[in-house]
Amino acid sequence: MTGPGSTPVLTKTVGASGADKGPGAPGGGRARRALEGAATPLRGLAGLAGLVILLQVLPHSGLVSADYLPPASEMGRALWGLLAEDAFWTALGDTLTGWGLGLAIAVVAGVMAGIVIGSVPVLRAVTASTIEFLRPIPSVALIPVAVLLYGTDLRSKLLLVVYAAFWQVLVQVLAGMQDVDPVADDTARSYRMGSWGRVRYVMWPTALPYVMTGVRLAATVALVLAITAELVIGSPGLGNQIAVAQTSGAVPRVYALVLVTGVLGVAVNLVARAVERRALHWHQSIRREG
Amino acid sequence: MIRTTVLTMARRVSLVLGLPAVLFAVWWFATAGSTDFYVPPLSTILQKFGEVWTGERLLSDVLPSLLRLTAGYLLAVVIGVGLGLVVGMSRVARDVLEPVLELFRAIPPPVLVPVIMLFAGIGDTMKVLVIVSGCMWPVLLNTVEGVRAVDEVLSDTCRSYGITGTSRLRHLVLRSASPQIVTGMRQALSIGIILMVISEMFAASNGLGFTIVQFQRSFAIPEMWSGVLLLGLLGFLLSLLFRFAENRVMAWYQGLRRAQRNT
Repeated sequence: MTGPGSTPVLTKTVGASGADKGPGAPGGGRARRALEGAATPLRGLAGLAGLVILLQVLPHSGLVSADYLPPASEMGRALWGLLAEDAFWTALGDTLTGWGLGLAIAVVAGVMAGIVIGSVPVLRAVTASTIEFLRPIPSVALIPVAVLLYGTDLRSKLLLVVYAAFWQVLVQVLAGMQDVDPVADDTARSYRMGSWGRVRYVMWPTALPYVMTGVRLAATVALVLAITAELVIGSPGLGNQIAVAQTSGAVPRVYALVLVTGVLGVAVNLVARAVERRALHWHQSIRREG
Repeated sequence: MIRTTVLTMARRVSLVLGLPAVLFAVWWFATAGSTDFYVPPLSTILQKFGEVWTGERLLSDVLPSLLRLTAGYLLAVVIGVGLGLVVGMSRVARDVLEPVLELFRAIPPPVLVPVIMLFAGIGDTMKVLVIVSGCMWPVLLNTVEGVRAVDEVLSDTCRSYGITGTSRLRHLVLRSASPQIVTGMRQALSIGIILMVISEMFAASNGLGFTIVQFQRSFAIPEMWSGVLLLGLLGFLLSLLFRFAENRVMAWYQGLRRAQRNT
């Protein structure tokens, strides 16, 4: 417990002073930080390699049937086959279109609604029960409604994506607005900051970490719902490809497609994290990473 | 004294019920004379609601769904918090596991339904596993974040007082991360309900999702709408229950914020 716990702190203090004072600081700290910086991706690669080896060994060991879990090499071959198909790239494009459009609509609407509702206490009190009622309605319950209204159109995918992602953003924005430091808010008030100024300089910075979490979660949920819509409704996209592969019993292809959706999700998450890091470079949770 | 309490009670009730009542009235009157096959009058939906969801469906469809959700959700929370603590506290564990966890987190849980079906068939195990595989990540992610953002002064104070091991975990790490963990659990709850429905839409012989899809496929539109309504109601009640539990467990945090507000 003490071992791994105390090392980063030591490195951090030494490293921080090194960064502050530049040439005068002891070089050991910086060398050590550089070493750690290089070790991070290596450790991550080791973790991924471990997963691939596990996937390769498990079916061969007979612990799991190769019919259910084909070895990693076979999944790789199926994946390679996918990349050469035009249909695959079209499906990927369809999925991304539904996801991107839906997410954009949901984020803009969610942030705007969140700021308005969160900064007016009366509105917040009046809408709380309605939000609490509408938010937990699983957007998949809307699948029948979407099918009836729009069929397998892009719009039925958008309906599900926007409905699911909107609440993620809104709830996070509201939580962030509630987390505003009372002292900071009172200070702003006593300096006679207007309501726009308070939103801009007190509430927004407090809410921003929450907003970013919300956007990140919404991005994931939007992808989930886009692919779910394709899987269940049958609108064109990766989810539909999975459904087709599953019904035709092409197990390695199912895994390859699942892997693609996972990689897509990782990419979405990485982009969201990069945006978050940029927007929150001043926040403690980011800063202490060094 | 009594009058003021009655007044504040009335105020609170009107705040909670005001907007829903307005929306309900709008829905009721807008669809009152509706002849649209897909948008039946609300009165019809409510009448069907009474017929469909009371009686034996409550035991044969609603209860199994809820049991699977409870099992999956609790498992996900235990795994999520446990893993989150390990990953959040150790830099090495975070480095090694992060890419793998990111990959698993990033796979949309519904696409795992066909895969999990291969292993676990179409029984309760499959549905519980699907729920676990989806609910885990918000809890895990928030726990890691909460553990990472532990107050440095408190952390150093603990170290200089020699508070280590389990007591550090209990009194410092879990405590400071708990607001974040609770946020994660709240998100996981709504994801869990979604997955409960999806897993039943795929392959099931009972459950809420199964029944609603049956209604849709047989074009029993008012019954389908009543199912959508029930899902909404269910989500609402579960989140009420969650808030009740949160208010009890997190009383210290809310008190702390209140105290800060008052000074």
